[in-house]
Amino acid sequence: MATSVRATSDGSPRSSRTAPRDTRASGDPGPPAGWRSRLYRLDTKASPYVYIAPFFLCFAAFGLFPLIYTGWLSLNEVQLGTHAHWVGFRNYRQLWDNTFFWTALRNTFTLGVISTVPQLMMALGLAHLLNYKLRARGFFRVAVLAPYATSIAAATLVFVQLFNPDYGMINQFLGHVGVDHVQWSSSKWPAQIAISTIVTWRWTGYNALIYLAAMQAVPADLYEAAALDGASRWRQFVSVTIPSIRPTIFFTVIVSTIGATQLFGEPLMFGGTVGYSGGTDHQYQTLSLYMYDKGWQIGELGQASAVAWVMLLILLLIGAVQLLVMRNRRKLGG
Amino acid sequence: MAELTQPIASPGRRTPATAQKPPRRRGRAGGAGRQHDGGPIAYLFLIIATLLSLFPLYWTVVAASRTDTEIVTPPTPLLPGSHLIDNLKIVWDEVDMTTALVNSTIVAGCVAFSTVLFATLAGFAFAKLEFRGRNALLTVVVATMTIPPQLTVIPLYQIVTNVGWVGHIQSVILPSLVAAFGVFFMRQFLAEALPVELVEAARVDGANSLRIIWHVVFPVARPAMAVLGMLVFVQSWNDFFWPFIALNQQNPTVQVALQGLGSGNHTINHAVVVCGALVATLPLLLVFAVLGKQIVGGITAGAVKS
Repeated sequence: MATSVRATSDGSPRSSRTAPRDTRASGDPGPPAGWRSRLYRLDTKASPYVYIAPFFLCFAAFGLFPLIYTGWLSLNEVQLGTHAHWVGFRNYRQLWDNTFFWTALRNTFTLGVISTVPQLMMALGLAHLLNYKLRARGFFRVAVLAPYATSIAAATLVFVQLFNPDYGMINQFLGHVGVDHVQWSSSKWPAQIAISTIVTWRWTGYNALIYLAAMQAVPADLYEAAALDGASRWRQFVSVTIPSIRPTIFFTVIVSTIGATQLFGEPLMFGGTVGYSGGTDHQYQTLSLYMYDKGWQIGELGQASAVAWVMLLILLLIGAVQLLVMRNRRKLGG
Repeated sequence: MAELTQPIASPGRRTPATAQKPPRRRGRAGGAGRQHDGGPIAYLFLIIATLLSLFPLYWTVVAASRTDTEIVTPPTPLLPGSHLIDNLKIVWDEVDMTTALVNSTIVAGCVAFSTVLFATLAGFAFAKLEFRGRNALLTVVVATMTIPPQLTVIPLYQIVTNVGWVGHIQSVILPSLVAAFGVFFMRQFLAEALPVELVEAARVDGANSLRIIWHVVFPVARPAMAVLGMLVFVQSWNDFFWPFIALNQQNPTVQVALQGLGSGNHTINHAVVVCGALVATLPLLLVFAVLGKQIVGGITAGAVKS
């Protein structure tokens, strides 16, 4: 590694059609003679695969294999440390008959909606504002991204204090405007709203920056043309900005949905000691929590695997729907 | 959204973002599509957004320096108190924060290093080298971003248990050595930043693949590697789901220790819990304070590249 490429190039012929050189580590691509050129060709042929191999090997070992193995486990009765024993679809049938599974499924859906829809809409608005010519624009951008630096655990522990029904700041504030004593943890919707607030707080700024980047790539002529047609700023936002960044919006929707499907840390730590069950009445138990409950609290890994595969099926379903929507939009010229 | 996927998949957003975009017109109107001056209302909303973003962070400092009684007695204090040191001591008494900080640093450091290294290699191959199955394999890479950790943890836990790694940090490091998002991130960067002539010239000059990587690819990729390294470090530092399963309170990462602090068997001292949250967040906030602009630049600049 002592000499750089530049140094190597000094004084050596630049053409690839010259005879094989014996001064360098490897030969030329042109002439077919000699082991050097064979080595060289092997090098060019094989090196791409060598470069991508680490990723694919690790993925195969820690991603693909566990994924498939989870599917197999879901058809077995298995506890930690015991041998699996085949039960067919019994785990899935038991899930189907379990009310808490359906509660978890519903919670995952509702939490997913209230933690992503307002979040992405606010991110869009925020990106629009950040796209103005601003003083201290750098400061604003870093400031809205700051929550991204916090962890789920840290953010949740702090918000638990803010949302405490008895002494939390949020209820104190609401008390001033005439809303009394919201039970942020024991009643279902307030608890879900509180949890989605944590998610929204952590991710809005990040998504806003993604949108901002897309907005800055929208060509100025589009706005000029719209302005000439007398379109108001709001109108420009709706009929120029939004359509131009629609692919980005779709992608954030997909990614956020995937994230929402696996909510785990926020509800777990929001619930404190009753976090595993998602509150005393399972009022905010997500599928992830339900899976953890089954697998690590009760110890039924087979059933937990079945929950995991249900999550996979849901994700595939959502993905398919979103793809279809995207296709249709394109066809309609959206 | 759940810790792993969202940040991981985020740069993926840039594919569709740019797929059907007309050519950019940088340099006009200050480089952006529209550059109206922000009016008072824009500033008002931005200040509100800033306050909402920063207030919980500020209040973390406030609560971390108060006593439990002060926090649970309305009106809630809004200015820092004088009990920060006491609370820090209790945090260190209740959980092994030193071990946690060291573990988190090792884990996030290893994960960031290996992710960046392998992502640069694979990203370079996907961006600049011709090989059979390139597009199909790249699609596979992107598709793997959508697999949630829930689908892998059960077998991983069995494996880790069988080899006796429960509670050891290698069980957290190994499964995170590569990241699809990193591969994609580097591919996007190198596709634009690395002129193919440079690679060809090096080849013609007889440089083998290793030399090309070392002397051509790495120097060009360095800024993106730095940004990716920071993003992965943040993400790994904050990762919760798998460390929570694979580790325990005897040998935790910071996040796992925090969870223990928050659901401890002792009567919970809220000031101490928040103080723990502060300890866990402070290292990253400092990084953000110093390198915030670069991180923002990395997220936004990356998103525009096609």
